[in-house]
Amino acid sequence: MSRVALALGLGFLWLPILLLLGYAFSASPIPFQWGGFSLRWFAALAADERLLEAAWLSLRIAAGAASLATVLGGLVGWVLARQGAFRGRVLFGALAGAPLVLPEVVTGLSLLLAFVGLQALLGWPAERGAITVLLAHATLGAAYAAVVVQSRLSQLDRGLEEAAADLGATPAQVFRTITLPLIAPALAAAWLLAFTLSLDDVVVASFVSGPAGTTLPMLLFSRLRLGLTPEVNALGAAILALAGLALGLAAAMLHRSARHQGKAG
Amino acid sequence: MLRAIPFGWLLAFVAVPCLLLLAIAFSATAEGVPPFAWGRFSLEAWATLTEDSFYLEAFLRSLRVAFTTAALCLALAFPMALALARAPARWQPALVLAVLLPFWTGFLLRMAAWVGLLRDQGWLNGVLLGLGLVEEPLPMLYSTPAMLLGMVHAYLPFAVLPLYATLLRLDRGLEEAAADLGASAFTVFRTITLPLAAPGAAAAFLLVFIPAAGEYVVPEMLGPPEAQLVGRALWGAFFQDRDWPLACLLAVLLLAVLVLPIRLFQRLENRP
Repeated sequence: MSRVALALGLGFLWLPILLLLGYAFSASPIPFQWGGFSLRWFAALAADERLLEAAWLSLRIAAGAASLATVLGGLVGWVLARQGAFRGRVLFGALAGAPLVLPEVVTGLSLLLAFVGLQALLGWPAERGAITVLLAHATLGAAYAAVVVQSRLSQLDRGLEEAAADLGATPAQVFRTITLPLIAPALAAAWLLAFTLSLDDVVVASFVSGPAGTTLPMLLFSRLRLGLTPEVNALGAAILALAGLALGLAAAMLHRSARHQGKAG
Repeated sequence: MLRAIPFGWLLAFVAVPCLLLLAIAFSATAEGVPPFAWGRFSLEAWATLTEDSFYLEAFLRSLRVAFTTAALCLALAFPMALALARAPARWQPALVLAVLLPFWTGFLLRMAAWVGLLRDQGWLNGVLLGLGLVEEPLPMLYSTPAMLLGMVHAYLPFAVLPLYATLLRLDRGLEEAAADLGASAFTVFRTITLPLAAPGAAAAFLLVFIPAAGEYVVPEMLGPPEAQLVGRALWGAFFQDRDWPLACLLAVLLLAVLVLPIRLFQRLENRP
């Protein structure tokens, strides 16, 4: 019974994606109509300078936001997992978890107000655009990164760090030679999560961005309001291929590190 | 020292922005950029909101849509998660990946695909016409069912994963004991599996309900024009009317409505 539901559920999740993939190779100018095999919409995609520009901007913002989010989220996760009671701990925990549960429109609007306030007080950031989107996505990503890092740190065997410290390693050495390698997979997962969150976001970016910072989802959303084109299917196919490739690489890396750890243990 | 950096960041980019929402919700509108007056107390936005029943209806509609979405997700996710947790261990990573991968294809692209499938000259109508099941295209897009379909498609993985994690931890010995003592498969499910999975099910429900209550993109792309949810009302107030205090007030009220579900979700998450 439940297997039927699983098959149905997976079918439901995959149906639009598989059709999108298939029709990306259709020559017809009407999306989701078969007009013979053709790569013309991929060629149209490759010639679409505005779209490529937006995609490049989105990739740079996502990479920057994910890196910042991993550092910040790592620190937040470390404070939550390793620092016992301190003044303001309840507030710290609540703030760290808030972006996970706030609706997107609320996050977007509230961050915009923060940037407007900063602008009025400090004159920085001078203009809203890529930088404000990056900071907003880093804030959002850090909340997710913190959860990943905190759970990894609390599973960690403290004995390893204590042994290194007993043998005379400085706290910095303990961190670099013991803690960091042990939490590296969690940090990589956190980075990847923050990266995809940033690439997929249209609502928060729409609020905090300015005229100079049109990300790929923002451009796509404004074009979809005007109507559907077969180019969108080609874009979907290209993104799916890239995501599949990245996922394959990540899986291979995980597999290798698991084997490596298996040998060491 | 190491605590000061993240704490400072959280105060600046989480705490202060939320306080600003509250402050500007009760500020006067003004000409210029930004279109409000810092520190000039006003109940303008509050008056707009209470005068027009549109906003109250938007809230009620949002809650109804979020509830329906979460209930549909739960109904579909529960048997899916059960099948995942009971599948042979070596298949599980691949099956979990199959649930997660659609998530990585881009939310907007998935919604665009639904537009292409559901519209009058779309794929589904082509199939129905081709099979002779209908005489003329069925109007499916821009309707409440289309919107719910899109919402469930967007949020289903959020419901499957926490349920899967809960069911995986469940002690199968309890179910076997009940079966050994003569309980039917249905009785085992009703008296053992369901109660033990209830906290996970509640978490899955809330994990869909909370973001769905503020959803903007799906109703905008797939829903009927009259499906004015809070997310759309807020977006309209901000981007079309440039009424920032009203948008802030709507955000504050949305948070006020969601405080209870959010607290409940956090308690379920932190349970031992």
